[in-house]
Amino acid sequence: MPHMKRVFASVGGALALAACATTGSSQAIAETGADSKATSSPGEFNKDPYPSTYRPYPGVPTALVGATIFTGTGEQIDNGVVFFSGGEIVAVGGPDTPIPADIAVFDGTGKYVTPGVIDIHSHLGDYPSPSVPAHSDGNEATSPTTPDVWAEHSVWPQDPGFSRALANGGVTSLQILPGSANLVGGRSVTLKNVYSRTVQGMKFPGAPYGMKMACGENPKRVYGGRNTKPSTRMGNFAVNRQNWLDAIAYRDDEDRKRNLAKETMVGVLDGEILVHNHCYRADEMALVMDMAKEIGYRVTAFHHAVESYKIGDLLRENGVCSAIWADWYGFKMESYDAIPENAALLQQAGACVVIHSDSDQDIQRLNQEAAKAQAAGARLGIEIPDGEVIRWITLNAAKAMGIDTMTGSLEPGKMADVVLWNGDPLSVYSRPEKVWVDGALLFDAMDPKRRPVSDFELGQPGEGDVK
Amino acid sequence: MMRYLAFAAAPLALLAQPATAQDFAITNATVATGDGSEPIQNATVLVRGGKIAAVGAGIAIPAGVPTHDGVGTWVTPGLVAAVTDIGLADVSGVQSSNDISASKARFNAALDVTPAINPVSQHILVARGNGITRAVVAPSPSNSIFAGQGAIIDTGADSEPVMKARAFQMVTLAERGADIAGGSRTASHVELRNALREARDFAEGRWSGEDNLLNRADAEALGPVVAGRQQLLVQAHRASDIRAVIALAQEFPRIKLVLVGATEGWLVADEIARAGIPVIAESLQSLPERFEQLAASQSNIGRMRAAGVKVTFNASSARFTHMFTQYVGNLVALSRMPGATGLSWGEAFATISSRPAAAMGMAGQIGELKAGAAGDVVVWDGDPLEVSSAPVRVFIDGIEQPLENHQTRLRDRYRDLDESDLPKAYDW
Repeated sequence: MPHMKRVFASVGGALALAACATTGSSQAIAETGADSKATSSPGEFNKDPYPSTYRPYPGVPTALVGATIFTGTGEQIDNGVVFFSGGEIVAVGGPDTPIPADIAVFDGTGKYVTPGVIDIHSHLGDYPSPSVPAHSDGNEATSPTTPDVWAEHSVWPQDPGFSRALANGGVTSLQILPGSANLVGGRSVTLKNVYSRTVQGMKFPGAPYGMKMACGENPKRVYGGRNTKPSTRMGNFAVNRQNWLDAIAYRDDEDRKRNLAKETMVGVLDGEILVHNHCYRADEMALVMDMAKEIGYRVTAFHHAVESYKIGDLLRENGVCSAIWADWYGFKMESYDAIPENAALLQQAGACVVIHSDSDQDIQRLNQEAAKAQAAGARLGIEIPDGEVIRWITLNAAKAMGIDTMTGSLEPGKMADVVLWNGDPLSVYSRPEKVWVDGALLFDAMDPKRRPVSDFELGQPGEGDVK
Repeated sequence: MMRYLAFAAAPLALLAQPATAQDFAITNATVATGDGSEPIQNATVLVRGGKIAAVGAGIAIPAGVPTHDGVGTWVTPGLVAAVTDIGLADVSGVQSSNDISASKARFNAALDVTPAINPVSQHILVARGNGITRAVVAPSPSNSIFAGQGAIIDTGADSEPVMKARAFQMVTLAERGADIAGGSRTASHVELRNALREARDFAEGRWSGEDNLLNRADAEALGPVVAGRQQLLVQAHRASDIRAVIALAQEFPRIKLVLVGATEGWLVADEIARAGIPVIAESLQSLPERFEQLAASQSNIGRMRAAGVKVTFNASSARFTHMFTQYVGNLVALSRMPGATGLSWGEAFATISSRPAAAMGMAGQIGELKAGAAGDVVVWDGDPLEVSSAPVRVFIDGIEQPLENHQTRLRDRYRDLDESDLPKAYDW
C-alpha cells in the first residue's frame, strides 16, 4: 500500500542475468568496453563515450584480524585475517596469515567480514529520493523498445539512497537498470557506490554494459493500454523477435549508419552487453531462452524470477542466473506463485542464485533477504552453508554483472571492497560497522563524519543523522 | 520439527469447519509475553476455554490438560498488525480483486471494510503462517481525505474474520491528503474541519441536507468520531503536520486521535508525548522519499519511545507480512549502533503485539500472553525476531490453525521437478 508509486518501476525491473558460467568471458568483455575508443574506420565508433572517471580514494594498509570471514566464493574462515593495501586484497586466510607490522589492525573478534555487497538490480539514481515526478527517470515509456537509452544519462548522483545502501547495507557496487515498462528498456550502468559530482565519477571502471529487457505484464499493460502493440504476451514476443531480426540485419549491413538503438542490440549479439531480463513466470522464461537461441544471444540473468523454482533444471542447463527477492509475494498477477523457497530450490537444482533488491529499502538489507531465503530452504530440508548464501549477494551478483574478476570476493588482487559487520551478517541483529571501497574507508559507524551526506540533504532536517 | 508433524493440518483442513477451542499447555519454552518485558526461560503457557489462563515459570498444569513440550521453541502471543490491508485484495495489482480503496465511490467516511474482508484471501493465510493472528485493517484514501472505516480482524480459518467492525475512521492529512482535497494542505484542513462540523450538526439534528458538502451517509458515519466513540486515525508525516494534528486534539478534545505514519515524529516527540496521542509509526524508512519525510530515520520509533510517546510499529511500513518480525528485529539492531536509538528486544516485540493492541483500545484483549487475553499463541522454531525463524504452530482463540496456503502447496509440488509418470498438475 505505501509503496505503490514505486511498484511499477521496481516490479518492472529488468532481469539481466549474467550467466554464472561466464567467468572466463567477463574480463574480455570488460576490456572490450574499456579499450574501444578507436574510431578509425567506418562502422567503428567510440563505444565508451562517457568513460568512468572513478578513482579510488586514499586508504591505508589495513588488516582485519580474528573475525569470521565469508570470502564470497562460498568459503568460511573462522578466526581469519583479511589484509588489504593499495586498494587491493593482499592476503586472506587463517590466524597465521602474515601481515606487516606497521599497519592499521582492527580486532574483529566476534565480528564478521564479507566482500562488499553487490546489488544487481537497483533504481537508485534513476528513481531517486525524493520520489517526485521530476525525478522519474527510469522508464522511457514512449516506445516498447528503447535500446537507445542509457541509464547513466538518468542517474542523479545525489540520490540519498546511495548512502543508505552503503551504511546500512554494506553495498559497494550496484547495477542501475532502466525500468520495465518496455520490452527493451535500455542500457544499464554499473556503479561503485561512491558519491561523485558526476555519474562518470561513479561508473565502475571496465564493467560491461547490460541491456534491460522485460517480459509479461508491464509492457503489454503500458502499450496495450494505449491500444498499441504489444497488448498481449504474444505481442511481446512478436515485437521482440522483429526487433532482434532488424538488429541482425543492421549488423550485417556494411553500409549501415550509426543507430543508437541498433548499436546496443548488436552489442548484445556480439557478447559485449549482458542481457538482464525482468521475467516472473517460468513459462515465459522458457520461451525467452528459446528466443535467445533462435536469435543467437545469451540471457545472463532473469530478474524478479519468482517462478524460477519451477524450472531450475532448464535454468541450470541454459546457464542463466535468477536474480530474485527472498519473499515478495502476491502484489501483481505474475507474482502470485512466488514462494520463499525459490532460492533454495534453485540452489538444489544447481542453478545460479542472486538475491536482488529492486528497492531503495531492501538494498539496505540484502544480507537479511539472503538469510530469509536460506532459512526457508532449511525448513524444507535444504541446508545451504552460510558462505554459499553470502555468495548470492557478492560473487554471484558480480559474475552476472561481468565484474567478477575485479570484485565480489575476498581474493588476492581483487578490489578491496570489504565490509566489517558487527555480528553475523545473516542475523537481523547485525549491521555494517565499517565499509571500504577499493581500500578506502567510506563508512565507519564509530565515526559520525565518516558517512556520506548527499547535496540534497544539506541544511535540511536530519542532515548527517545515522538514518 | 518432527514432533509437530502430528499437529500439521491436512490439505483438506483448509476447507474444514473450525475446531472448537481446546485446553492445552506448552511447557519448557522461551516465552515472550508481549508486554515489553524480556523473554522468560523454561516457561509455561496455559490456555483454557480459548483464553490465556496462566503464563510464567512454575505454572501448575491442571490434571487432564494436554501438554506439549516446547523445549527449544519460543512461544509468543499472536502478532497484531496495525495498520494493514490484508484481506482487502487478492492481488493488489489486479483491480477487480482489490478493495483497498474506492476511487470512484460516491461515499467516503461511510465506506466500511467489514463486508469486503475475505477471510480466505491468500494474504490472510500467509499472514497467519507468519504468526499474525490479529490485524487492524484499514482502507486507503483515494477520492477523499476520509478513507472510511476500518476493522479489527482475526486471521483464523473460519468464516467470521471481523472481531470489531467500524473500529476506527481513517483520514489523511499527509501530502496525499492535501492533493486529494484540492492541491494544498489548506484544503485538507478545511475539508476535515467542515466535515466534523457537519457531522456534529447531523448528530444534533441540525443537519438539513442542504448547503452541506457531506452526504447523509458520510455525515452519519462521522458521528461516532465527533462523539469520541470511534477512533480517528490520522495519517501525517511532516513535523509541522504532526503539530497540526496535535492542535486538532486541542480543538476537538473529545476526538480519540491516533497518529499514523509520523515519519518525522522523532523531531516532535516531546510534543506528541505531552499530548498523549498514540502513534503507529514508520519504522525503517531512512530516506526522504517525499518532502514530508525529509528527516526520516530508522531511529524514529526508538527516539519516540525514549521520549515517552505511546508508539508502535506501523505494519504498512513493511511491504509484506513476512517482513514484520524482521523490521522489528532491525529496531533491536539499532540499539547497538552509535548515534541511533533502537528498542530492547522486549519493547521491539511489543510493537507487534501489545502496543498496537493498546493503541487501538484493545489492551489486555489481544497481543499479550496474559490471563484473560484471547488464546492467540504462536510457537516458533527460534527467536521470532530473527530472520531465520518461523512459526511452527499457531492458535487463535485457543484453536489450532492450519498453516497451509497457496505458497506452501506450490512449495510441496515443486519440491522436486519429477514428471516421469504424470504432469505436475496431478501432483497434489
